[in-house]
Amino acid sequence: MSLRRFLNPWLLFALGVALVRLTVANDYYFTLLNIIGIHALLVVGLNLLLGYAGQISLGHAAFFGLGAYTSGILTATYGLNPWLALPAGLVVAGVAALLVGVPALKLRGYYLAMATLGFGIIVYIVFNQTQALTGGPSGLSGIPSLSVAGISLNSPDRLFLLIWPVLGVILLMSANLVNSRLGRALRALHDSEPAAQSLGVNTSRAKLLIFVWSALYAALAGSLYAHTLNFIAPSSFGFMFSIKLVTMVVVGGMASIWGSLLGAAVLTVLPELLTVFHDYEVIIFGAILMVVTIFLPRGLVRGILDLWEFRRYKKEGGSFSVS
Amino acid sequence: METLSPLIQYLFSGLTNGAIYALIALGFGIIYNATTIINFAQGEMVMLGALCAISVYQVFPSLPVAFLGGVAAVTLVGLIFERLALRPVRDQSPLVLIIITVGAAVFFEGLAMMIWGKEAYSLPPFTGSAPLHIFSATLLPQNLWVIGLGGLLVLALEVFFRFTLVGKAMRACAYNRQAARLVGIPVSRMVQLSFGLSAALGAAGGILVAPLTLGIYDMGAMLGLKGFSAAILGGLGSIVGGVLGGLIIGVAEALASGLISSGYRDAVAFLILLVVLFIRPQGLMGGRR
Repeated sequence: MSLRRFLNPWLLFALGVALVRLTVANDYYFTLLNIIGIHALLVVGLNLLLGYAGQISLGHAAFFGLGAYTSGILTATYGLNPWLALPAGLVVAGVAALLVGVPALKLRGYYLAMATLGFGIIVYIVFNQTQALTGGPSGLSGIPSLSVAGISLNSPDRLFLLIWPVLGVILLMSANLVNSRLGRALRALHDSEPAAQSLGVNTSRAKLLIFVWSALYAALAGSLYAHTLNFIAPSSFGFMFSIKLVTMVVVGGMASIWGSLLGAAVLTVLPELLTVFHDYEVIIFGAILMVVTIFLPRGLVRGILDLWEFRRYKKEGGSFSVS
Repeated sequence: METLSPLIQYLFSGLTNGAIYALIALGFGIIYNATTIINFAQGEMVMLGALCAISVYQVFPSLPVAFLGGVAAVTLVGLIFERLALRPVRDQSPLVLIIITVGAAVFFEGLAMMIWGKEAYSLPPFTGSAPLHIFSATLLPQNLWVIGLGGLLVLALEVFFRFTLVGKAMRACAYNRQAARLVGIPVSRMVQLSFGLSAALGAAGGILVAPLTLGIYDMGAMLGLKGFSAAILGGLGSIVGGVLGGLIIGVAEALASGLISSGYRDAVAFLILLVVLFIRPQGLMGGRR
């Protein structure tokens, strides 16, 4: 791959972030952008698992929550430095992912879906029940902001300059991962596990690696979320949020790094723009998930491009062939 | 005797919930057998059953009519769901099918919220609410209705699969689709039937439990997931396993909430699910695979 082809989108991303920082002056937009960035971190991680390895996690909100609560509790209750709490959150979520993933991924089929589903609900219940630690259903407040070189990142525009560069690095890392040996192994086992095994891919190890990896992204997002909002409550980490993340992956397009950013942006902005969306959030997310999966299985952008090409083909009278 | 009575109490309430979980587990199993799809929308059929029956009852206050009306309406929903959402993508990977049924579950919940709102509705118990005393434990007549009618439905299902031609044809599809098609079984008809049948079972479960727990738009998700845990515990696709799984989870839940803490009641089913996946993923009764 030539350097030039590779550099362009990343340069654009960096320029875009700089441009937004210079032109936008409204705190509300920065807050929204920060939430989009955090969601995008989660979605790109889930997409590595779902789109590339073909394994579904129905409890990703739990890893997000483990990151957030580890960070929140260590800083708010025990006064630890946020920069030390963040890696602790990664460790907790990573170990949890190992515990769930090792047994579930040894088996072929969709055991990970079931195991993560059960795990997600248990974690959600634990957040609610361990009131002494988590504050229970009413939440945990007083989480300090992150600070860099003595400057507290306590305003949305400052946080923007942390979250989006971090997102850029994570996206770049993910793009590299996808094109690495592990990435190729994942795509191979997505198509056919026995075939991948016969070519010497240790499929359960590859699946486990990517599952833990995506849980780490979720924990990172969780830590950032806790220090961004300074308050967390269990309701942000329930089953419905796991489903929203899957919807974002599906809308953005499976196995697409940039699509993950798009999916996160679209489904974070839409509820803000349309109050109708907010009132009927549940039914709309369900409908989007079904309709996009049935009619545009490659995601919104590529799906619409496909439809457009198909129509152009028909107009020109050419016979349509599946490429 | 004094120390025993709470245990008997837990046992009865556990068996009541367990019977509902068993009906849901069988719904999962029937569809899994016919299609190898795990239909995560199964719990929503329970919710729709309860709410539809309640609506019918408000217009036409007769319990048998409400029961049949609710079951019929939800069976229709199951058939339409299969036709519109799953048949067009039948040859897709199981991953895609799982995502569609999860989407459907969320969609049905949202739809119910639009139709019935966020309040809870009640259905009168089938025969009075005077508590009965058995072995120094009190229980409602409705508990007996749930356990009795649930058992009857399971028995009817077993007879259907064992002794009727259609039931045997459905079982043939479960063993080997290709071979079933070769001997002239209309496989896609059987798939459709499996969705209708499991929707009907779920609806019946919802209507049976509605007098005890009220009917509300978001009751389906938790019930469905617990029924799913029951199905995995028993062995997906096995009737005996589903019933056993449901009853075990129901009783374990009741004991845990009575003896340990009611806050963790909902976690029991999923803890069992995780343990089963790790120790014996084929479930108690699952042998082949």
